[in-house]
Amino acid sequence: MSLSALWGLVQTALELGLTCSLTVLALFLSYSMLNVCDLSTDGCFTLGATVGAVVAIAGHPYLSVPAAMAAGILSGFITAVLQTRMGIDSLLAGIIVNTGLYSINIAVMGKSSQLNMNKTETVFTKLKALLDGTPLAGEYELIIELIAVAAVVVFLALFLRTRLGLAIRATGDNPDMVRSSSINPIFTTTVGLCVANAFTGLSGCLLAQSQKSVDINIGSSMVTIALASLLIGRTFFGKGSIARRAVGVVLGSIIFRLVYTIALRFNMPAFMLKLVSSVIVIIAIAGPYFQSQLPTIRRRLAGTGKGAD
Amino acid sequence: MLTLRNITKTFNPGTVNEKTALTGVDLHLEKGDFVTIIGANGAGKSTLFNAIAGSFLPDTGSITLDGKDVTFQPEYMRAKSIGRLFQDPMRGSAPGMTIEENLALAAGGGGWLSHVSKAEKSAFRDKLALLNMGLEDRMRQPVGLLSGGQRQALTLLMATMVPPKLLLLDEHTAALDPGTAEKVLALTQDIVRDNGLTCMMITHNMSSALELGNRTLMMDAGRILLDLKEDQRKGLTVDDLLRMFKENVGKALDNDRMLLS
Repeated sequence: MSLSALWGLVQTALELGLTCSLTVLALFLSYSMLNVCDLSTDGCFTLGATVGAVVAIAGHPYLSVPAAMAAGILSGFITAVLQTRMGIDSLLAGIIVNTGLYSINIAVMGKSSQLNMNKTETVFTKLKALLDGTPLAGEYELIIELIAVAAVVVFLALFLRTRLGLAIRATGDNPDMVRSSSINPIFTTTVGLCVANAFTGLSGCLLAQSQKSVDINIGSSMVTIALASLLIGRTFFGKGSIARRAVGVVLGSIIFRLVYTIALRFNMPAFMLKLVSSVIVIIAIAGPYFQSQLPTIRRRLAGTGKGAD
Repeated sequence: MLTLRNITKTFNPGTVNEKTALTGVDLHLEKGDFVTIIGANGAGKSTLFNAIAGSFLPDTGSITLDGKDVTFQPEYMRAKSIGRLFQDPMRGSAPGMTIEENLALAAGGGGWLSHVSKAEKSAFRDKLALLNMGLEDRMRQPVGLLSGGQRQALTLLMATMVPPKLLLLDEHTAALDPGTAEKVLALTQDIVRDNGLTCMMITHNMSSALELGNRTLMMDAGRILLDLKEDQRKGLTVDDLLRMFKENVGKALDNDRMLLS
């Protein structure tokens, strides 16, 4: 394989890894910090993609990004209201919103299940035109994704150290403490889910615009893939400051895509992606559990055959 | 300061598990009162605290705190004026966050989007130094690394960081080893005295119930049985307390954790 072909592969993995790392950062906030497993992620990712696409097709390439994020915030708000004010279990709230979003996403796309953006002006085509003729001309996708990821990482690193950020972290870290403190867990959960889903929407918007099309399945299984990336990142960079851990989950997302790209090179069929991500999530969560059970298992094994006393 | 009028609470009404935890409790506290509360298991001591803190809405009655009716105020709003410590030292602080971050949460102040300032950090340091546990040099460590006693001392600091109008202590030293318990209790007394706090403390230690504070309540079956104020308490012994309980209830006090020492 030539060097340029190799760079091509790495570049694809980097681009996909960075785009999806925005969703991983969203889960970093909702899953790692707030301790809520937000199962509306798939639908919200697609919502960001469809809203971003529709706004861009309507002739507003710059507006498409904040519009997709606003749609994400709205989706997160509804998920939060269901679980904090209506007594619906948080997992179920996510699933309900996810299901509802399927219809909404098709409605957003004008009763169609896919949209084409081949001739649409997007933030990517804008930058491509701007960089035309410079040495960076080929890297416009990477540049936009890097800027977006850097902005979200910096935002999270600052936000999670504010008083509101600390309150959100405490809500996930010790709900008992928060319940008897002056922090209102309804408020912190709502803000956390809104912010997280803004990133998920942004992630979907950028993926759709970079691949110049969106279809209703663009976000399918995104929550498992993002969770796998998050857990990979946590394994390697799980300790230390918030900024370090946020960078860690971005790297986790890139590592996940790199490994996946390499596996594809070794003729793993593309449809295996979802099984691989499921297995990674299982290993990452079950691994530490079995580790904690190890002393018990050892004693059991040592005890067999000797007879109980 | 704090007034409870006719507070009643029945859990699981209409079922076999029906339990009347509080029946017509009336109580009035003056500012600066330090009340110790004793009673058998299930007497309603913790339920009384839950009612005051707003963990549930009582079936009847009203609660007034510092001249304001707080009966319908949600728990998190009341928590601005009520500090609370539980028996479980793990309950009052966030283990995954650093000592500094926990204190910053407790200190409140500033806007939602403000960061902790240098001045605040050095103030935290000074306060931690008062605990005499070396925590001031570990401010960037997660609280999960602290021992139970250290965490309870930290929780005490957090609960009184902004001096609350009322401090509720629910057997907050019971889960600690005797040495640490003594230390945390001494700290409690210092903090309550220095800030002139109004304080209620549930304890199973009858002699410290008589020694500490200026007033002792004895509870049984959801009622306040005895309310011993300053003069009435003077010269009382643990034996007197036990006798008074028996006279009022008709049976001996049976709290298996009650220490008679």
